[in-house]
Formats: sequence, C-alpha cells, structure tokens
Amino acid sequence: MVKPFLSIEQLTQTYPDGLGGEFTVFENATFGIEKGEFVCILGHSGCGKSTIMNILAGLADPTSGVVKMDGAHVSGPSLDRGVVFQNYSLLPWLSALKNVTFGVAARFPQWSKDKVIEHSTAFLAKVGLTGDTIHRKPSQLSGGMRQRVSIARAFANEPKLLLLDEPFGALDALTRGTIQDELIKVWSDTDQTVFMITHDIDEAILLADRILLMTNGPMAQVAESVEITIPRPRNRTSIVEHPNYYAIRNHLVQFLGQRSAELAGQPGDAGPSSPETVRIDLIEDTDSEDPEPAAPILRAVEG
Amino acid sequence: MQTLTENKKAAVLSILILLIGCLIWEMSIPAQKVAGELTEYEMLTGGGQPKAGVPPPSQVLGKAWEQLSNPFYDAGPNDKGIGIQIGYSIYRVLTGYLLAAVIAIPLGFLIGMSSVAHKALNPFIQVLRPISPLAWMPLALFIIQDSEASAIFVIFICSIWPMLINTAFGVAGVREDWVNVARTHELGAVKTAFTVILPAAAPTIVTGMRISIGIAWLVIVAAEMLVGGTGIGYYVWNEWNNLDLTSVIFSILMIGVVGMLLDSMFGLLQRTVAYTE
Repeated sequence: MVKPFLSIEQLTQTYPDGLGGEFTVFENATFGIEKGEFVCILGHSGCGKSTIMNILAGLADPTSGVVKMDGAHVSGPSLDRGVVFQNYSLLPWLSALKNVTFGVAARFPQWSKDKVIEHSTAFLAKVGLTGDTIHRKPSQLSGGMRQRVSIARAFANEPKLLLLDEPFGALDALTRGTIQDELIKVWSDTDQTVFMITHDIDEAILLADRILLMTNGPMAQVAESVEITIPRPRNRTSIVEHPNYYAIRNHLVQFLGQRSAELAGQPGDAGPSSPETVRIDLIEDTDSEDPEPAAPILRAVEG
Repeated sequence: MQTLTENKKAAVLSILILLIGCLIWEMSIPAQKVAGELTEYEMLTGGGQPKAGVPPPSQVLGKAWEQLSNPFYDAGPNDKGIGIQIGYSIYRVLTGYLLAAVIAIPLGFLIGMSSVAHKALNPFIQVLRPISPLAWMPLALFIIQDSEASAIFVIFICSIWPMLINTAFGVAGVREDWVNVARTHELGAVKTAFTVILPAAAPTIVTGMRISIGIAWLVIVAAEMLVGGTGIGYYVWNEWNNLDLTSVIFSILMIGVVGMLLDSMFGLLQRTVAYTE
C-alpha cells in the first residue's frame, strides 16, 4: 500500500483527569492526506480537533502514535508546516507587511531584502490587501483584515502543509464569505496541501475535497471521511444548486446531530481505526442511466 | 474663553495657581523691620539683627536668576555652580543605573523564561528588595573604601529591583501564541528572544526602567547628603549648614525639574515601544 503524503497513524492523546486516572481525548486516530488535497475536519468541541492540529504543527506531542510527512517523522515545529491560528497571532508591534516579511525572511534566509518584500507584498495583494493598508499595525486593521494578513503570511511561506485552526471562527458571516473566496483563490493558485478545522458545515463543503468527521469526545475517533463530489471551481451562491449539495449536507448534519453522539465513547479495539470512506454522488447514479453528464443539473434548474 | 482649547485652559489655570500660590507665600512672610522703626527696648534686645526666616519667592527667583545665569562656575570645593552639582548627581545616577540595567535585564529574561530560575532566585529577591538603599551605605563604604563609588553602588542596588522584577514579569507574560509563531517559523532561542520576546515585553520592561530612574533620583539626594563632596544632595545640605534657605529652596526646585526631565525621557521611550493588541 502506498503511503499518503501525510499519514497520521494510531494517534492517541490522554490527559490526567485530575483524579489520578487518565482521560482519553481521542484514540487510534488514523488517516492520510494526499498532496494538494484540501481536507476539513468537523466535530463537536472537546473531540480533540485542536489537539490533532497542534500535534500536526509540532507544537504538542501525542501520547502515542506517529505523524509522517513525506515519509519522515514529524517532531517539533517546522517551516514545512505553516499554521494559521484562530486568533490571527499577528505580532502587534509589526505592520501587516512586516508580519509577512518576518515569516518569509525566516523561510528563505538566502533571499535579498527586496525580494522578501516583493514576495510578501504579492501575497498580501492576493488576499486583497494593497496600498497603505499593508503598512498599518494589526490594531489598526479590522478582524477580517488581520486574518487576511495571517493567511498571507502562511501562504507566502509556501509550506508543504498548511494548517488552519478555525481561521474564520471569530469573523462575522459576511467577512467570512469574502475571505473564504480569497482562501480558495490563493489555494487554487498554489496547489497547497491544507488541513483545516472548522465548525461550519457549509464552509467545509465549500472549501474541502474531503471532510473528516469525528465522534464526540472523550475517546473520540475519526469515524468517516466524506468526499465532496461537487466539481471546482465552486461558488458560494451556485454551489447550493448542485444536486449533491443537500445530500452531503444532510449527511453531515445528521452525523453531527445524532451519530457523533451515538458512536461516541465506544472504546476502540487495539487496531488502527481508519475512517470509513463515504461517497455521496447523485449525479454518478444518474450518469449510469444517462450518458450526458451535465443533463441532470439542467433538469434540476429547469424543474 | 469658549474659544480656548482644553490645553490652553489648563495652562491658564496652572499659571493662575502658581501666581496665587506665590502671592500668598510672599505675603505670609513678615517683613523685617527697618532700624529706624524700632523702639529703644527692641534695639537693646537685638531686634535690629536680621532674622533667619523663610525667604519670599521673589528672593528665590533672584537666586535662581543668579545661579542659572552662571551655572558652571567653580570657586573651590564648597562653592560650585548648580550646573556642576547637578552634573555630578546625574553622572552618578546614570552610572549606577546603567550597571543595574546591564545586570537586571538579562537576569530578568532568565527568570521570566525559566521557572526553575524564578523559584531559585525569588527568595533572594524578596529579601533584598525591601532593604532601604541607604542601609547598604556603611557596608559599601567599608568594602569599597571610596565615597564616590559607594554612592554609585547605592544607586545600583536601588534601581536594580524594579527593572529585574518588571523584566521577569513582562517576559513570563508574553503570549503563548506569539511564542508559537516563533516556534512554527523555526526561530532559534536568541532570535526568538530579540525578535519576539523583547518587543513583546518591552512596554513592561520600560515601565520598570522608568520606576527605577525615579527611585534612583530620589535616592541620590539622600546618598550625597551622606557621602558629601559634590552633587545636588550635598549642595542642599551645605546650604542648610550655611543657613542659606534661598539656595535650599532653589535647589529643591531644581531636583524636581531634573527628576521630571529624566522621567519624561523614559515616558518618550515608553511611547515608542508601546503597542496595542
């Protein structure tokens, strides 16, 4: 079996529960991510999403299990894995541009100062920040602009793996939509491998190639891997008209609303618990009867 | 009046308070009687002698004009211009203060970053910190055997604590997120210290430095009264021995003005390193 680009093998995290015992957040989490893939992970609070993220970033160590990227063990933080934190984590004493050049200069120490600035400015422009704005301090920027700077910093570093920890969690719905569009744009330009935590089902469907679903903690597991069978480029307004959209959405809602709790707390067997792959594609079903692939969509619109 | 800005109103009010204060001061001092007005009995009992009293502000102003128009004259060990005296004091304060900063800031970094160092050093800090700096003076004079260096040592020992404690506090309080940014960018320990922790903790560190310079300026006056020779503290004490209260009041004012200037320098520094989250 060929190992995926990023493989997470039998990851388990336990914490002392304060009563002398141990508390298992998640157990034997095993999954892989291919190069260039955009994967979202969905689950209720407390299932250990952020812990998985910190382990992938190298900021925390799992109790047991390994993470391999390109066949090499992941240990400790590295410039190969960029992180966008929920609270932006911009350095408040630096301007937006300097926050990006800070990362770029660390990533490409051999570059000249001009090249670093040019590269950083280009990535800020990709997320819609140009002109005087980039010379402002984070405190003088809106929440949306700050997260744009943070995204620009992460993409400008061109890491092998980009980790996004609920990047839009603190933003209002309108801003979130705009930045989601910008994220897709930057991502499709760069072919970056992305792993993202989110609470928002629609956001996950819009952005991801694949959604990992986690059961509730403690002893959470990565239960399902749902493929998003909606072709790109996707657009927030037209995606809802795709026949697969509501089928996938209903499946996710049903999982998070009901099955995540039903499946929770079942102590896994000793073996790795790989998520079950779920593929929902209504068009494929009709394809077998109808040779014209686009036809069902047209009918749906006319109907 | 309505057209005046807030600052102008405040300035007018300040000047008014100053004038009224000086007026009350001037009027509350009883005038010396002229010899001709004295009765025979008063002359016999020595009433004609000039009495040592608190001088009126007009005399202090005259003294200030006289001293400030020639601040750097030097007419022997007991008669030097106010500029020279203040210069000596500032030199001692800055020397002791800089020595303290050189030790306190790196040590504060260590204490802030390592909880072992914090726990190990904290008892010493807590015991040494409340000691009045002047209490060190006899020991300093005995060990160092030099009054000048002892005064500098006293400044050193009093200004080290606020800087040390504030640096440690600022460094320990740097947000985990910013340290994580440094870690995910693979910055080394030294680079993290200078590019992330130092700027993040700078406002707290500078606040400590500002408190220290204030304390150092308070202590130098007392220290110089003890060690004597030169300096603004010695000047005050010397003029008191001369019963020249005009000079005493003038030098008290000068101590205040110089203290304010030192403090506002650090106020400026504080503004340059400040940031809003």
